[in-house]
Amino acid sequence: MILRRNLAITEEDDGSTMHHWSYWFAKWTTIFLIVFAAASTSARTKSSRLANEDNSVYAELGKAPQKAAKRENPLQDDPEAVAAGEKLFALHCAECHGEMAEGGRKAPSLLADPVQQATPGTLFWILTNGVVRRGMPVWSKLPEPQRWQLVRYIESLGPAPKSPRKGRHQLENLSKKH
Amino acid sequence: LNMVASSAPFPEYASRSHSGTMAGSGSARNVILFLLLLFFLAAWSTPAHAQESPYIVTYDHYLEEPGNLEVEYFSTFGTQRGGNDFDAFWSELEYGATAWWTTEFYLDGQTTFNDSTIFTGFRWENRIRLLQREHFINPVLYIEYEQTSGADKILKEVEGHDVESDYAIPNALARKEHDHELESKLLLSRTFKGWNVAENTIATKNLTGGNPWEFGYAMGFSRPLGLKASAQRCNFCPENFIAGVEMYGGLGDRYSFGLHDTSHYLAPVVAWNLPSDWTLRLSPGFGLNDNSHRFLLRWGVSREFSGIGEMINRFLGGRQ
Repeated sequence: MILRRNLAITEEDDGSTMHHWSYWFAKWTTIFLIVFAAASTSARTKSSRLANEDNSVYAELGKAPQKAAKRENPLQDDPEAVAAGEKLFALHCAECHGEMAEGGRKAPSLLADPVQQATPGTLFWILTNGVVRRGMPVWSKLPEPQRWQLVRYIESLGPAPKSPRKGRHQLENLSKKH
Repeated sequence: LNMVASSAPFPEYASRSHSGTMAGSGSARNVILFLLLLFFLAAWSTPAHAQESPYIVTYDHYLEEPGNLEVEYFSTFGTQRGGNDFDAFWSELEYGATAWWTTEFYLDGQTTFNDSTIFTGFRWENRIRLLQREHFINPVLYIEYEQTSGADKILKEVEGHDVESDYAIPNALARKEHDHELESKLLLSRTFKGWNVAENTIATKNLTGGNPWEFGYAMGFSRPLGLKASAQRCNFCPENFIAGVEMYGGLGDRYSFGLHDTSHYLAPVVAWNLPSDWTLRLSPGFGLNDNSHRFLLRWGVSREFSGIGEMINRFLGGRQ
């Protein structure tokens, strides 16, 4: 089939060749959009499932090797770490975890106890390795100091109060804004 | 730079060289419709920030974030001995289907100075992450189907016995060759202490005719200029810039594997990841032997959008 079309194109002159390009363009655009739609449906289904399975998502924290979990945050006392982490969070994480880290359809809350009680090393390990099967990409492309800054920011959020549903850091931020 | 070559090397083709340009054809209408579609996709989604790699040829092991669409435009200016210099360009739509699968669609074209501007083909690429977690080396499988004409000059990869003289053929003649290629790559990459090191092994089979498997390579290393993020939002912070070097070339084919009659390039690369979600890339490349183009200047601009998957679902009537 391909070969026949190939020959047909080759035998024609330049003027009409573009009609074939047009045909191929339309065909491949359609194929890409179908795959794109199928893939996005798949991603959305998994995301929705992920949001409903917060407990099993948090279980990933328990998979951090002991050596990794015990690592100390070298930027623990860096006065700029939280602010830098907040900036990084807005750039890379808020899209899925929510602007206030409260969680969303794509990713769980980071104010939940399992996250807030996790060691810095565990959070760093999760950031580095992601939870690929559940939709969280690996973030080792961020240099180590930036991942530690993110860890510092996530720790600073504190656990979510029962009501209103905001963490300590968010409440402070909100009160500053108003 | 010899931006405008002296004369067409094959004057017998010069009179018909403009007959097949994109303007005025049905494909121009399709391109406009496609761009309109992209515009609406972009308008209904939110920009997303990504720490993009500076490589233009080499791939590292990082995939697109799930549900995000990256729209990219790249250009390659190349000098040509025995022919006219050219500017080849391509658009890329890169979509993160899942955290372990990224799919991309390419549209290629080129302008050969003193010749013509033509559309040269499509590519559909898929990258699949093989291991769930980070390891000492992280493998990613790359599979691409491409349907291009012989006039394609984007040099997105160099393989087999690709040499500079292959690109001296006038567009009117070169475009009559139609290639259907299956390209596979094993992408190996690691990031350590801010340094990324990546190596790609390429194996390509032209499905038309009895062409043998062809091989090639690409490798690179890069590092952000700053490892710590600054607390303020800024355009010129060192962490927004990533610099490195990449090298790529052909390794012959199944019957004549090796470096003879192959071309190779060395190219410094730099990327600027702007807080406004745009990424700019620049890479001057230098041919390393007589079979290579002496100079390639590549640049690219890209922007990433989030929520595209959900938007498509809404458009298709999916449940919220």
